[in-house]
Amino acid sequence: MTAVVDETPRVRTLELEIPDWPGHVAGQHVDVRLTAEDGYRAERAYSLASAPGEPPVITVERLEDGEVSPYLTQDVRPGDAFEVRGPIGGYFVWRAHDGGPLFLAAGGSGVAPMRAILRHRRNSMSDVRARLLYSSRTLEEVIYRAELEGEEVIHTLTRAQPPGWTGYARRVDADLLREVAWPADDGPLAFVCGPTSFVESVAAGLVELGYAPGRIKTERFGPTGGR
Amino acid sequence: MEALDGNAIGGMLNEVFGGEMTMAQAECGRCGARGPLAECEVYLGGPGVVVRCHVCHHIVMVLVEVREMMCVDLGGLSELQLPAFVND
Repeated sequence: MTAVVDETPRVRTLELEIPDWPGHVAGQHVDVRLTAEDGYRAERAYSLASAPGEPPVITVERLEDGEVSPYLTQDVRPGDAFEVRGPIGGYFVWRAHDGGPLFLAAGGSGVAPMRAILRHRRNSMSDVRARLLYSSRTLEEVIYRAELEGEEVIHTLTRAQPPGWTGYARRVDADLLREVAWPADDGPLAFVCGPTSFVESVAAGLVELGYAPGRIKTERFGPTGGR
Repeated sequence: MEALDGNAIGGMLNEVFGGEMTMAQAECGRCGARGPLAECEVYLGGPGVVVRCHVCHHIVMVLVEVREMMCVDLGGLSELQLPAFVND
């Protein structure tokens, strides 16, 4: 691990230097494996949040009862090493020639692979339209806040909103999707990443809007699986 | 327990099969639904990994590590078609 960025009080981004790294595709992840002195192993998946060609970066949210995230968000220091397997995944990936328009929907730290996709789009000078719908509990929990100001992002804050907030203030539902998602007639390509309940409701809502199921890519995460 | 999806076991499958497997086309042995392994339901909380069809919830795959050996039961699938490996 070579560098740390504190994103929010509970979320950190770690830059990694991985020997023989073959390079990655936007949307892929790595597995981080920690082994205790008694041999007990815990493994979690973390999306790569950097674009292809950039050093591999993961964004980790601390779960209080987690087995891996407390170490990655509190204990690890630049120069420390841990075991990583990857890059992994060929389904939840976007390459510039896959086209769009891109409709990205992220719940919480599910925004990590979206950052990789948006950076890749920018770095490759793609003219594909991209819009991100990003659901967070509060404004303080929005990850990559400054960077996302340069992108087309629609925020919804589901738990608390700052004074004067004019954006969405509820969980994503079919009406909200109807207002912000590209029309199905544009043939959009959708990526949805977040907790299982978020992913299922967004994917169902997009199908209802007429999105082709084969063009809705989903990735669910939870306490046993990662991030 | 909440289901994740096949993306979550991409690394484990990679180790077992020797290549990217989330795009492998899996056909459910019960209902015949076909799609990428990435779209299957995955349960990680137990002693092993249980993979279910996302349409009819039939168990299509079970992976259990026993004394450093990964045991894979594919009996719930009628077909598993390997993808072109993306990182090779």
